[in-house]
Amino acid sequence: MRKVWSLVWKDLLVEFRGREFLGAMVVFALITIVTLNFAFDLIRGDREAPGAGGLWIAFLFAGMLGLGRSLAVERDRGTLEGLTLCPVDAGTIFLGKFISNVLFIVIVQAVSLPVFYALYNLPSLRPMVFLIALVGAVGFAGLGTLFSAVAASSRAREILMPLLLFPLAIPLVIGTVRATTLIFQGESGDAWPWFNLLAAFDVIFVTLSYVVFDLVLEE
Amino acid sequence: MMQRNPAGRSDTLVQGLGLLTVAVLTLGIFMAFVYAPTDRDQGDAQRIFYIHVPMAWLAYLAMGVVLVGSVGYMWKRSERMDRLARSSAELGFLFTTLVLITGSLWGRPIWNTWWQWEARLTTTLVLWFIFIGYFMVRAYAGDRERGARYAAVLGIIGAIDVPIIHQSVKWWRTLHPEPIVLDTGGPNLPDSMLATLVVCFIGFTLLYAYLLVQKTRVEWARDMLAERELTALLSPATDATDRRVAGSVTHEVSGAAED
Repeated sequence: MRKVWSLVWKDLLVEFRGREFLGAMVVFALITIVTLNFAFDLIRGDREAPGAGGLWIAFLFAGMLGLGRSLAVERDRGTLEGLTLCPVDAGTIFLGKFISNVLFIVIVQAVSLPVFYALYNLPSLRPMVFLIALVGAVGFAGLGTLFSAVAASSRAREILMPLLLFPLAIPLVIGTVRATTLIFQGESGDAWPWFNLLAAFDVIFVTLSYVVFDLVLEE
Repeated sequence: MMQRNPAGRSDTLVQGLGLLTVAVLTLGIFMAFVYAPTDRDQGDAQRIFYIHVPMAWLAYLAMGVVLVGSVGYMWKRSERMDRLARSSAELGFLFTTLVLITGSLWGRPIWNTWWQWEARLTTTLVLWFIFIGYFMVRAYAGDRERGARYAAVLGIIGAIDVPIIHQSVKWWRTLHPEPIVLDTGGPNLPDSMLATLVVCFIGFTLLYAYLLVQKTRVEWARDMLAERELTALLSPATDATDRRVAGSVTHEVSGAAED
């Protein structure tokens, strides 16, 4: 476990020193949230569902942007070889990348949710929303880390990543958007089953990705 | 590394399978169009049911076989398992496309719409995208071995994800009529319709099996060809031997692909 944390620490340090994609992810999420205003009418009428959907689209796209880079950067710099030469197994590398990706998505969410609240006056600052945001981030980072590694050593990686990730992440999108809609409609209690479901998806996706990661990294 | 030509040992068996497929499918189509009674409510449009339902079954069966091949490849790294997975994926893509088309054709007169955002339809559409991703991963991977590994990853995650997607879409909203064949109170269809469906099921499943066998043979031949081309390129051979190697390969490939 200490090995995992040192990998996470390494990713955070690299990001802190280079400021490569976290800033871009946050700005992109904010721009998406602003663009929502023009795509849907979020001022009048039935705005809970489109609001929740838009919020998650913003997280999804921003997450994709960052996750897509997370292993591609290692490959481009040639540090992936160094990583695979470390005396740790592929699963540990996966966990390290996965945890730092969760952290990046959570930071994006932490900035976006207050802005979303200020712009649209939907109750996005409830503890329940934070919980849903967290379980969503975990599942998404699990699948995202795996396919980021797949895309990293492929051609056309920027295109490949969403093509692989979007269809497979549909259960997460459904769960998070439904739950967030319910919370926005003031029915937080009804969101609990979705929370449990998302937690179950997280366990399945992260475990699966952990198990097959070995197949991706082996060269 | 040379492998035995899989075409050699079971030729008659495969031919027999082919003939059986043709016989059962002919019977099935005859039953679907002539023997089965016309549906009281849906009229002749209902007859597409005998093709649509087996296609749907095959789409998911093919994904199951992709899962088996992918897990087998992850376990043993055997090229045979990879060939099985990628052959089944191509057939799966074909049947998924057909089930979407036949479903839309059926939905138009009955539901008065080409498409419903319902669990089974949505899942099938997502399955179709997963198959496309499966081919793209392979094509973009750069080399064959890496492509096989990446495809195995998608094969495993995709196949396990499909029932999860189905369940989550179901909880999201649903409209499709419950399956009438597998109803708890026994099949709800008249005997003649059920018999027709069963024959079509068997016929199309045989077709899948036959195509899968043939497809894996073609893939085998393709792998052998690529391997020999590589050997020919690497060995300091003269032009004459090169041509001989190439000639014998073409011969064998056409032998494997034709029957």
